[in-house]
Amino acid sequence: MSEMLGATPMQREPAVTIFEKGAAGRRAFVAPESGVPQRDPEELLEPRLRRRTPAALPQVSEPELVRHYVRVSRRNFDLDSGFYPLGSCTMKHNPRLHERVAALPGHARLHPLQDPQHAQGALELMWNLEQALGEVAGLPHVALQPSAGSHGELAGVLLTRAYHEARGEHRTKVLTPDTAHGTNPATVTMAGYEVVKVGTNPDGGVDIDDLRSKVDDQVACLMLTNPNTLGLFDPNIEEIARLVHSVGATLYYDGANLNAVMGRSRPGDMGFDIVHYNLHKSFTQPHGGGGPGAGPIAVSDRIEPFLPRPVITRTETPDGAVFDLDHDRPQSIGRLRGFQGNYGVFVRAYAYICSLGSDGLRDASEIAVLNANYLLARLRELCGEDLPLAFGERCMHEFVLSSTPLKKATGVRTLDLAKRLLDHGFHPPTVYFPLLVDEALLIEPTETETKETMDAFAQALAEIVREAHVDPSIAQNAPYTTPVRRLDEAAAAKTPVIRQPAA
Amino acid sequence: MLATIGVASIDELFEQVPESLRLGRELDIPTGLPEQAVYAHLRDLAARNTSAEDEITFLGAGMYDHYVPAIIDMLMGRSEFLTPYTPYQPEISQGGLQVMFEYQTAISELTGLPVSNASVYEGPSAVAAAGYLAKLANGKTKFVVSRGLHPHSRETLLTCAHGYDIEVVEVPLRDGVTDPDAWAAAIDGDTSAVFFQQPNFLGAVEDAKALADIAKDSPAVVVGSYDPIPLGILAPPGECGVDVAVGEGQTLGNRLDFGGPSFGFFAATEAYLRRMPGRIAGETRDVDGRRGFVLTLQTREQHIRREKATSNICTSQALNALAGVVYLGWLGREGLVELGELLLQRTAYARERLAALDGVAALHEQPVVREFALALDVDGLEGVRRVIGRCQDAGVNPGYALGQAYEEHPTGLLVAITEQRTRADIDRLAEVLEQALVAERAGAAAREVRA
Ligand SMILES: Cc1ncc(COP(=O)(O)O)c(C=O)c1O
Repeated sequence: MSEMLGATPMQREPAVTIFEKGAAGRRAFVAPESGVPQRDPEELLEPRLRRRTPAALPQVSEPELVRHYVRVSRRNFDLDSGFYPLGSCTMKHNPRLHERVAALPGHARLHPLQDPQHAQGALELMWNLEQALGEVAGLPHVALQPSAGSHGELAGVLLTRAYHEARGEHRTKVLTPDTAHGTNPATVTMAGYEVVKVGTNPDGGVDIDDLRSKVDDQVACLMLTNPNTLGLFDPNIEEIARLVHSVGATLYYDGANLNAVMGRSRPGDMGFDIVHYNLHKSFTQPHGGGGPGAGPIAVSDRIEPFLPRPVITRTETPDGAVFDLDHDRPQSIGRLRGFQGNYGVFVRAYAYICSLGSDGLRDASEIAVLNANYLLARLRELCGEDLPLAFGERCMHEFVLSSTPLKKATGVRTLDLAKRLLDHGFHPPTVYFPLLVDEALLIEPTETETKETMDAFAQALAEIVREAHVDPSIAQNAPYTTPVRRLDEAAAAKTPVIRQPAA
Repeated sequence: MLATIGVASIDELFEQVPESLRLGRELDIPTGLPEQAVYAHLRDLAARNTSAEDEITFLGAGMYDHYVPAIIDMLMGRSEFLTPYTPYQPEISQGGLQVMFEYQTAISELTGLPVSNASVYEGPSAVAAAGYLAKLANGKTKFVVSRGLHPHSRETLLTCAHGYDIEVVEVPLRDGVTDPDAWAAAIDGDTSAVFFQQPNFLGAVEDAKALADIAKDSPAVVVGSYDPIPLGILAPPGECGVDVAVGEGQTLGNRLDFGGPSFGFFAATEAYLRRMPGRIAGETRDVDGRRGFVLTLQTREQHIRREKATSNICTSQALNALAGVVYLGWLGREGLVELGELLLQRTAYARERLAALDGVAALHEQPVVREFALALDVDGLEGVRRVIGRCQDAGVNPGYALGQAYEEHPTGLLVAITEQRTRADIDRLAEVLEQALVAERAGAAAREVRA
């Protein structure tokens, strides 16, 4: 098929790195004059401590640099140019207003150690964001510091540890469902606990009997996300919370799926003690090709003393509210990173919350759920036999299909479907997650997509399924039109080349 | 759409949510605002901050006011870099993956270490990640940490080490650098990792090779936390016996942003390749033989290895790492050296000029390359704070009050230099600091009279 089409212009252009471009002596940077009396450099820094050969960085002019990275950028697919239904990742539109306000020098050039008296705007912004996030989660105390979801998880499990230790208890286990994201078990180990898996019932929720048999006084915490990674709201959540609390354990909410329930239902009201948010999911921080994000946490009163420090304080004075950073928190678990967190991300998330407001946040979740159910209905209608819904009848903001029937009938796997979608100009769904579902496709359209986009996606997937029955090799050899075609990942791992070889 | 789904209302879609858990009211958050109103609000908040745009700042202590070239704003703002997710589908993510590969190359060159990942969150958590690597690698029970390591790095390490139950022992400074005798005495057969910072928090250049040599006969992983900018002139960690070099990447083309987002870099010797945290891009071929890039060695990572992963990191700081590699390309091979030499000269000038003032002395005599510590003749930390306040009133932020983090240096002031601070700025600082000290002494005398 590729021979038939011939290589695309981008495919004919070989990948050349910046280290393979340029020439000796070329540069973009012009150093300013030092302006001070020159001293002997070796008197200031003796040769013993010095670098002998310069780092072999690129030698390129500014136009070369710009052209290189602009051309490289074109080899990316991005949310601004196409549908990105990557389940669990909430790829909603990123308003450009957020970039503009984050770039205001009063935010962008503010030093993190500036005296709080001179950073009142930043601290007020962070305070306001904490209030809004706390209200969304239904938990009163928020700490913004963690840098991403998994970092928030680490904070949450360390908080759990501190909470139990303060009561003189040393528990050993943390429960996670078999549908959990990989960051959950990885976090549990980092925080010094043993992972115990809890099964899933036929409806896609937590298997209560299995849970009951595993909760005991050695369990420190249960980590859940609700709706879970199958896109289903667990209707037994109150019973689950009762069970977990009955042995004195905490209930942790992985906020990756918060986009389903904002303004409709709150983790705090469900009985969760600790919640993390992914500001780069529900609150539109652009994902940047793998970050930055931010993973603030919210907690109940009994966890509050242990929050990472510093915490932001607000004091009413005759001249108005004054904000400060409180480092004097003797029971705190300490810091999880430098300074106050990813403030630039807070600015964007705060701008988003200001734009949407209470009504808009609820609308966002409602439309996210509407869109997901609509796309699910379309796909069931068009290819429900080959790609059935893994659990249940409907979904929240995302849903999981399984391509096992298609694979049995045609040999075309989920991976092939994903690769063939690339030729249709769509980013594929999340594949092979959650692990519980064979040949999983986790699809999350988000609220910012139109009916037309979802229709086109459903048509494309249906067309690929139809094509698979006619000639499975087409999908199995896809993609054909992307900047490169299917890549040999096994070879990359076998003999790793992870940097440009030195010249 | 409702008809296609087969429901009558959106409410029906939320039926799975038990009645008792439906919020049933509006969130207590103000209602939404139009774009221009949000802009105005965010601008008002920005106006209540004193940024590096508003004063001449010598504040550093981990983040520095370097110039960010305009091309970085342009490239970071491009949809193709700004809006994709982590590159899970390599065929349509060659741009991001190639940038990671180039970034890894640049960090490897900078540090003189063969292996770099594609970034971690930021500096202090990179230090903690290095600790976790060591713990998994050798299972020993103790971390030995120089007091010259950034206080935030020390605290982050402590927070995380508590989770996996490793003891943290701190080694004091002597004459501004890690006390080699105490360092040697603290390291033994139970030491999992040793940590120092280059230059250290007081701005002093450590003898990195000597510190690493001392640890050589122990099982310890030698971790150095480096400021990347002076690596144009300072011996790279790879030549000093450092096993894992980490650091704060903000100085490489990222804004101050009140502390983030920036990125942390993480480089190591070959031995630790399969123990690295985070994403790593690798080169490979497609079915037609074309060069391409993929995320590789993923069997280290949480999505594959789950509870046995080398780290829990997932979303990292890819866009900020892009800024880092573009910045290093913009500086270029010679530029990084020139910048290092420039900072060396200006820092030396500033230290000499300020230490000559009445009531000011250098806190240590060690070589410095971009930041230095002074001791002020004032009454403790509060005295330093008042002096800083007076300088700020005159439009100059003189630096960081060291007493906040180092009770042994209550009157310390940490002063940072970047290429944006000219000789005229330094002279202005000298003038303002001198006046502030005179005023502080007068104030102190007045307070004494009252008392
Ligand atoms: C369900 C779930 N939990 C946790 C995470 C981890 O979040 P982050 O990537 O922000 O660390 C993710 C992200 O993909 C997720 O989907």
